[in-house]
Amino acid sequence: MTSVISNPVAVLVELRDGAVAHPTFEALTLARSLGTPVAVWLGTDPGAEAVAQLAQYGAAEVRVAAIGAEARYPAKAAAAIAASTEDAKLLLVVSTFLNKEIVTRLAVTTGAGVVVDAAGVEFVESPGADSAVEAFQTVFAATWNVRTRIEGSKAIVGIRPNTTTASAADAPGEATVVPIVAALPATRETIIAVEPIAAVAGVPLSDAPVVVAGGRGTGGDYALITEFADLLGGAVGASRDATDEGWISHEHMIGQTGTTVTPALYVACGISGAVHHRGGMQASGTIVAINMDPDAPIFEICDFGVVGSLFDVLPQAIEAVKAHRAS
Amino acid sequence: MRILVTVKFTPDLQSNRSFAEGTVTRTADDGSMNELDEHAVEAALQLVEAAGEGEVFALTVGGADAVAAVRKALQLGANHAIHVQDDAVAGSDVFGTAAVLAAAIRKVRNASPLDLVITGMAALDGLTSMLPTALAAELDWSQLTLASSLEVADGSATIVRHLADAHETVTAPLPAVVSVTDELNKPRFPNFKLIMAARKAEVTVWSLADLGVDPASVGAGAARTIVVDASPRPPRANQKIVTDTGEGGKILADFLIERGLV
Repeated sequence: MTSVISNPVAVLVELRDGAVAHPTFEALTLARSLGTPVAVWLGTDPGAEAVAQLAQYGAAEVRVAAIGAEARYPAKAAAAIAASTEDAKLLLVVSTFLNKEIVTRLAVTTGAGVVVDAAGVEFVESPGADSAVEAFQTVFAATWNVRTRIEGSKAIVGIRPNTTTASAADAPGEATVVPIVAALPATRETIIAVEPIAAVAGVPLSDAPVVVAGGRGTGGDYALITEFADLLGGAVGASRDATDEGWISHEHMIGQTGTTVTPALYVACGISGAVHHRGGMQASGTIVAINMDPDAPIFEICDFGVVGSLFDVLPQAIEAVKAHRAS
Repeated sequence: MRILVTVKFTPDLQSNRSFAEGTVTRTADDGSMNELDEHAVEAALQLVEAAGEGEVFALTVGGADAVAAVRKALQLGANHAIHVQDDAVAGSDVFGTAAVLAAAIRKVRNASPLDLVITGMAALDGLTSMLPTALAAELDWSQLTLASSLEVADGSATIVRHLADAHETVTAPLPAVVSVTDELNKPRFPNFKLIMAARKAEVTVWSLADLGVDPASVGAGAARTIVVDASPRPPRANQKIVTDTGEGGKILADFLIERGLV
């Protein structure tokens, strides 16, 4: 059973290949600014290393619902989270497609209000209540900033990766592991096959601090894109045009129906910047564009643009960055 | 095979939109059916064509301009159009919208059984992707979401969906709510004959009273979330565009170095 924690803020732990994914630490950092973080762990039991990592970012407890592969079912995951977060007014999750389904199921059963794809969240004074939760988002292909208040006693906020800088707690304590027993609902659906996506070398696209993306202008040649991404410690992205051509797999697609990214640096190479692409990257920190067409819409939203061929510009930029690092 | 497709009227993403009192305002002529819903209509048409029998219903909820969404579905080949229009719906959150859609779906189903409800994976204006899950929960039907492939046979449906960590194959008995991605198919273009027919086709209009939905249970008053502030993002300041005359890569690297990004 959970002990009494003052102002608990629950954080759903995001796992990749059994390890804690980086956006979890960002969410814990955010939770620490709002109250006492408690981590919610679904799946198989965490190892001591993972528990220590969560504690380092401020988790006072790790509540473990050892439901194994059942965690892939949104309704079952929701039931396990509900049993783990009875005392928490606010639950933070990483804004993934699966988590959006899980929190929708959770909200249907608990009556919670939900905001997903948020860049931040805070408690505000509210007449007639202890406090209210407000979340901020960018909407309409990141052309508007919106602040949304969540009414009621339960709030769920889905946080986009890279919107908070993860930092370890100043004086981290130990995290207590608390087993949670949850009754899982039956579902009509059966997951009959799970084919893991091989982790791309380097950082996952959605979490990457730097993204170098190539579009039609690459003609299918991603060698320079990959070299520049590796040099900057980033991930390789692509436009819909490029994935439709089969030049690169769908996992790399950035856009409103693919992956939404908010890296500190986004480099668009040979990408015109159609609205659906822009919606998946426009909230990035610094945007750099290289395109042959001076009228490409990507130039309207970039901080720095080069009108030219990526096959001329990238090799020179790569050499210049290497020379700078060596100096 | 009887299939209902939910379609949403969304603003043209290239047009200027604004917020007024927490909701989106736009003019009637700058929007149409949510582009991602075209894939849902296409999926329904293909299933009915493959089965050799059946009907496709298009359903939307919204103000007077929302009828454009179901008319677009008729142009693509849907057989029936339903528009739930009631002032009390305005400002509904995803749960209120799901409750209204579910009530309309039950009313269609009471007349004769439905096998599937198909939706787009998200609306390009709000893009939360939460509605299909909320609708499946509200109806208590099978949930098959984010389908990038879809097969229907022997009273069940099977999809493949791409998640961040894995490709899943999921199967469930009908009736099911299926949301489809833009990878599933290439939507057809409306032909002239259907465009002309859609213009004259009758659209069934229902109010909340027709559906037996308590107006107090939906709309802005029942919403769990409320937009308290909205403002356009400022354009990027100090934007710099250079034309490569042989030093473009060097200038780019200098910019990244100056910003501390490399």
